[in-house]
Amino acid sequence: MSSIENLKSFDPFADTGDDDTQPTNYIHIRIQQRNGRKTLTTVQGLPDEYDLKKITKVLKKDFACNGNIVKDEELGQVIQLQGDQRLKVMEFLTSQLALQKKNIKIHGF
Amino acid sequence: MADVDEPKVVEDLGLDLSLKKKKKKSKTPDAESTPEPTVDDDEDMLAGLKKKKKKSKDASAKADGVDEVTDAFDDLKLKKKKKKKATVIDDFDAQLEKAGVLDDDNKENSPEAAEIPGETTSIKYEDLLHRFFNILRENNPELAGGSGSKLKVPPPVCQREGNKKTLFANVQEIAAVLQRNPEHIIQYLFAELGTSGSIDGQKRLIMRGRFQPKHIENVLRRYIAEYVTCETCKSMNTELKRESANRLHFIVCKACGSTKSVSSIKTGFQAHVGRRKK
Ligand SMILES: [Zn+2]
Repeated sequence: MSSIENLKSFDPFADTGDDDTQPTNYIHIRIQQRNGRKTLTTVQGLPDEYDLKKITKVLKKDFACNGNIVKDEELGQVIQLQGDQRLKVMEFLTSQLALQKKNIKIHGF
Repeated sequence: MADVDEPKVVEDLGLDLSLKKKKKKSKTPDAESTPEPTVDDDEDMLAGLKKKKKKSKDASAKADGVDEVTDAFDDLKLKKKKKKKATVIDDFDAQLEKAGVLDDDNKENSPEAAEIPGETTSIKYEDLLHRFFNILRENNPELAGGSGSKLKVPPPVCQREGNKKTLFANVQEIAAVLQRNPEHIIQYLFAELGTSGSIDGQKRLIMRGRFQPKHIENVLRRYIAEYVTCETCKSMNTELKRESANRLHFIVCKACGSTKSVSSIKTGFQAHVGRRKK
């Protein structure tokens, strides 16, 4: 009888809290080649609650590069930075904005 | 009498097994000839042990199998991946080891160990492990680790096409090895590299932008991780199927039969990247 009681204590269908349905809205960090050896880093999918303007400002200063915000109809606001800043952006997002690494996808070579 | 002889025999066999690689052939007849007249009970035991010896060859073959997997990745110079894969296989082996111990314990305990408790201790763990693997390999070769199919991914061949374009010569070949539609791989490449391109008369891929082979290797590596390897058994012998009912793509493993849905974001990716291009 006690073993049956034990079984009841764990409900396998209970909400475990870390549901995997949430991170469908990844943050995508991509790189694109421009002319010559110049590149462009784009950060897409940052949550709306962040002030992209301020973030861009800080990123530009931290990475010593230019950057701007592009508004896309479907994808919302996208930060563009000059040069390959992918790893640095990743670092910034995880350490400064406390975003989870698993929700960030880095693309490119 | 029997009690005295048996431990000896087993000890001898223990020694034999430790030397099996060197003296495999010369020792086996000895082992057969000496114990058989002494005790009948031992025969079962010996049958098992003899098997072990024969199959110790297989053990090395199995090691090769693991190497083959890493080799397949070697071709892509997948250094990081390689480590991962190796550990994954090690994990698998470790798990099998556990299972192997239990299996062998059961077998060894039930018939013989009840009579002579000392017997089990004189057989080395490694020998039992080998035996387990040999039996496993004989009956279910797929479960014994990556020895099954060997997939060699050729390294990507890249040339500069003019000043701003890259020619990826062996897409078709790589696609054939991975059993994927080349279109699918090309789509992925375009999406990941944020570029576009075309296929020339010899079915080679021309991409805008300058890419080094290692760049493409990197992307291919991720492609393989995401769209080729089976999540369950890490086999690369898989098929990408499209379910027409729900428009989802599934990886169907040909080795273990498991299916896993994969995102078909490809086209979405590409469009986003293209549109955002300044
Ligand atoms: Zn599988």
